[in-house]
Amino acid sequence: MIPLQALLLLLMGFVGTTVVLARDPLRQAIVNSVYGLIGVLLFVVFQAPDVALSELVVGTVAMPLVLLVAILKVRRK
Amino acid sequence: MSRRSRIGLFAATAPIFAALVFWGLAGLPDFGHYNHPYGKLLSRAAPVDRHTSNVVSATTFDYRGFDTLGEEFILFASAMGVALLLRDVRDVESRRPYDRVEDDAVQLLGILMVPVTVLLGLWLAAYGYITPGGGFQGGVVLAGGLVLLWAAGRYRAYRAASPIPLVELAEGVGAGGYVVVGLAALVSGAPFLQNLFGPGHFGTLLSGGSIPFLNWAAAIEVAAANVLLYNEVFEEYALSLRSRR
Repeated sequence: MIPLQALLLLLMGFVGTTVVLARDPLRQAIVNSVYGLIGVLLFVVFQAPDVALSELVVGTVAMPLVLLVAILKVRRK
Repeated sequence: MSRRSRIGLFAATAPIFAALVFWGLAGLPDFGHYNHPYGKLLSRAAPVDRHTSNVVSATTFDYRGFDTLGEEFILFASAMGVALLLRDVRDVESRRPYDRVEDDAVQLLGILMVPVTVLLGLWLAAYGYITPGGGFQGGVVLAGGLVLLWAAGRYRAYRAASPIPLVELAEGVGAGGYVVVGLAALVSGAPFLQNLFGPGHFGTLLSGGSIPFLNWAAAIEVAAANVLLYNEVFEEYALSLRSRR
């Protein structure tokens, strides 16, 4: 395992923890997309470009969008 | 549950989970020492049998094409579910809100990114079975290009670019097209979703037999399902703009 892979694995654990610790759902949605982005980098350095692309489009585009509007809808009530 | 008891619960259970995870990780083969017959067989067979250079796409659209059919219909059903659920509680379509972006920088950056994103989506989908990518990733990126149009311009521009009847039609055509390619194999006497055509030339768009057709069917279905999903989501957002005023 090269140092970059080890570093990204550690970063994944760190950012994952911050997602859990973010108590405000709005912040959590944003931090969660950062977590998704770290996942993309992780898949790239582990030589899985197809999975990296899937993670990129779902984790940083599709999921935050749906989450943000869901939060908006809940707050309005 | 109080903060203290939550932390207590975490402190008590986290080491157990950590131990389990590391125990599992320790049992994995070393990095670079993959040793599973199925994967090895496919990596050797796909370039020779199907002339595809991306074995992942050959697996999803050919060797495991039936699994992908299921996945496609999961997405189809969930987009329909969201549409049914949200449209039911919403009033009939009324006036569109006027939410033009005021910031020039955001507008310019967005407008510059729309063509790049759409092109990237088309490229990912078209070359999915040659280089990393595929119908699924390309489809979501295409839908993302439309979202950028909304973020950079106006809600009206976004709606004009994605008329709902057309998007719904595209979703049906994409999902149905995949099944049609499968049925075509049945008609010709082969098993369902069997690769029908010759493998073509390695590393070109004309390779992989049925794979390009299934790939594009998936791309259309995924793009349409995502646009449909975002439509519902933005409609909810548009409602909130109106009620605020």
